[in-house]
Amino acid sequence: MAGIPHDHYEPKPGFETWLHTRLPVVALVYDTLMIPTPRNLNWWWIWGIVLAFCLVLQIATGVVLAMHYTPQVNMAFRSVEHIMRDVNAGYMLRYLHANGASLFFFAVYIHIFRGLFYGSYKSPREVTWIIGMLIYLAMMATAFMGYVLPWGQMSFWGATVITGLFGAIPGIGPSIQTWLLGGPAVDNATLNRFFSLHYLLPFVIAALVIVHVWAFHTTGNNNPTGVEVRRGSKAEAEKDTLPFWPYFVIKDLFALAVILVVFFAVVGFMPNYLGHPDNYVQANPLATPAHIVPEWYFLPFYAILRAFTADVWVVQLVHFLTFGIVDAKFFGVLAMFGAILVLALVPWLDTSNVRSGQYRPMFKWWYRLLIVDFIVLMWVGGQTPTELTSWISLLASAYWFAYFLIVLPILGLVEKPLPQPSTIEEDFNAHYGAQPHAAE
Amino acid sequence: MSNADQAEGSRRDFLYYATGATGAVLAGGATWALVDQMNPAAEVKALSSITVDIAAVEVGTQLTVKWLGKPVFIRHRAQKEIDAGRQVELEDLIDKGAENANLPTTAEATDENRTLDKDGQWLVMIGVCTHLGCVPIGDGAGDFGGWFCPCHGSHYDTAGRIRKGPAPRNLAVPVATLDKTTLKLG
Repeated sequence: MAGIPHDHYEPKPGFETWLHTRLPVVALVYDTLMIPTPRNLNWWWIWGIVLAFCLVLQIATGVVLAMHYTPQVNMAFRSVEHIMRDVNAGYMLRYLHANGASLFFFAVYIHIFRGLFYGSYKSPREVTWIIGMLIYLAMMATAFMGYVLPWGQMSFWGATVITGLFGAIPGIGPSIQTWLLGGPAVDNATLNRFFSLHYLLPFVIAALVIVHVWAFHTTGNNNPTGVEVRRGSKAEAEKDTLPFWPYFVIKDLFALAVILVVFFAVVGFMPNYLGHPDNYVQANPLATPAHIVPEWYFLPFYAILRAFTADVWVVQLVHFLTFGIVDAKFFGVLAMFGAILVLALVPWLDTSNVRSGQYRPMFKWWYRLLIVDFIVLMWVGGQTPTELTSWISLLASAYWFAYFLIVLPILGLVEKPLPQPSTIEEDFNAHYGAQPHAAE
Repeated sequence: MSNADQAEGSRRDFLYYATGATGAVLAGGATWALVDQMNPAAEVKALSSITVDIAAVEVGTQLTVKWLGKPVFIRHRAQKEIDAGRQVELEDLIDKGAENANLPTTAEATDENRTLDKDGQWLVMIGVCTHLGCVPIGDGAGDFGGWFCPCHGSHYDTAGRIRKGPAPRNLAVPVATLDKTTLKLG
């Protein structure tokens, strides 16, 4: 592995050498765990471990839930109640799995916004960022299909609305929708395939996580200053870094313990707080619940989907320019996927060569506004549409796109950055005092 | 790897092309089967036509039946609903097409073109919002006295035509024939 110079695994004579010459697996684990990590990483860098924990939690609880669940329209709802009432500790496993999804998304949003502030997406970490975005997309697909499985009212109507997005594609849309559903509407064929894919995708995510870790182990971690680790020699690199094990593992596990205290409080005392009562009513294809809302982690993008109605001038302009091919419905779908696309393209939209937001006085304010914007979108996505909320969601959607497509490209050209430290060591010592270097 | 001096091609060239062609055919066949299995199965396609007895549907009420996995609204309209539908000018409509599978696609969305009978008493529509597929609430709901979709706030009038909200089209009228009190869908 190219990158920061550090000690590598040296097998001892005997069994270690015997194994190493046949399968260097211990070296792989050792070199991965001992990766030199910038010593100035702050608490925003703990969410990677939380995410890894979430993936393991979801796979472990999911595999055992699948032992008791039946993906068939007449039995799915009942089998979930069977898990809740009859299976030993079944209610706990299901609540862990359902709330685990929320923790997963909570962590991924902080992880993404951490990257947006400290410029973790910038060269040379674009591939890490893109793979991260693929993981996020796979997470959304997995969460969406998992929510369909209990076959409650929200499951059924959520599936109807989301697969309806594909039906909005001009021309081939309805055929794609029928193909996805396996029939004219959400039914047994849909439930069955969603179960199959819900079981498959987490393993795709696990594979992508390995590639994600591989990519940033090749480039090295970013850090709060955005200044690169010196790699002229091992001694020089060690002034900027500490090995991941044990220093950062212990720090991350401590943070995880604190987060899990909150998580288990939610699972234990308010397990349905983030859910919808309608999903405890069995799916009924003939009656839509009065207010369909997706899970909280989809709300910002759901708000963008709903924001672009036929009376918005941009929608009318695009409708006119495309000779009516792009109508309001398709525009909304494009906007929703576009909102994620601009996020994925941020390495090429941000023109500033300063990595960390700490040294970008103007960027800071736009970035803070983006966080407020995201929270506003999340709130407005859960409201019943009125005149006022339509305006709010339109403005908030506009800012989301403006941040990526206008603010970031222009800011890099007009902003005067603050002076940056020349090395990570300098920044670290400024905060904590000079450290004696062992084994120099 | 082919030898440029041998214009007719070597045995190795032949093996490359033969292996490549076989691989392409097998991969294509496998992909086709893997993709096509997700399309509707035979027993799903078999249920494409049903008949409904509508004798008991009173004036001013609505019967909802399930057809092709979707709800179908069969509304026996009262005179004031018919009047309200016939007063609407064509220019006031978002979708000016009749969206009636029993008429040519160029038919206009007049109230007469939406109903199955001449008097306009029987309005039969697929009860799926043309926005994202929710089931609109009926019995005079919404700002136009027809249907209202709770998901994203689309309002339909007494002839099931979209008047306000994100939905792009009028509620679809399916292929249907009315024989006294028997309605055949499909």
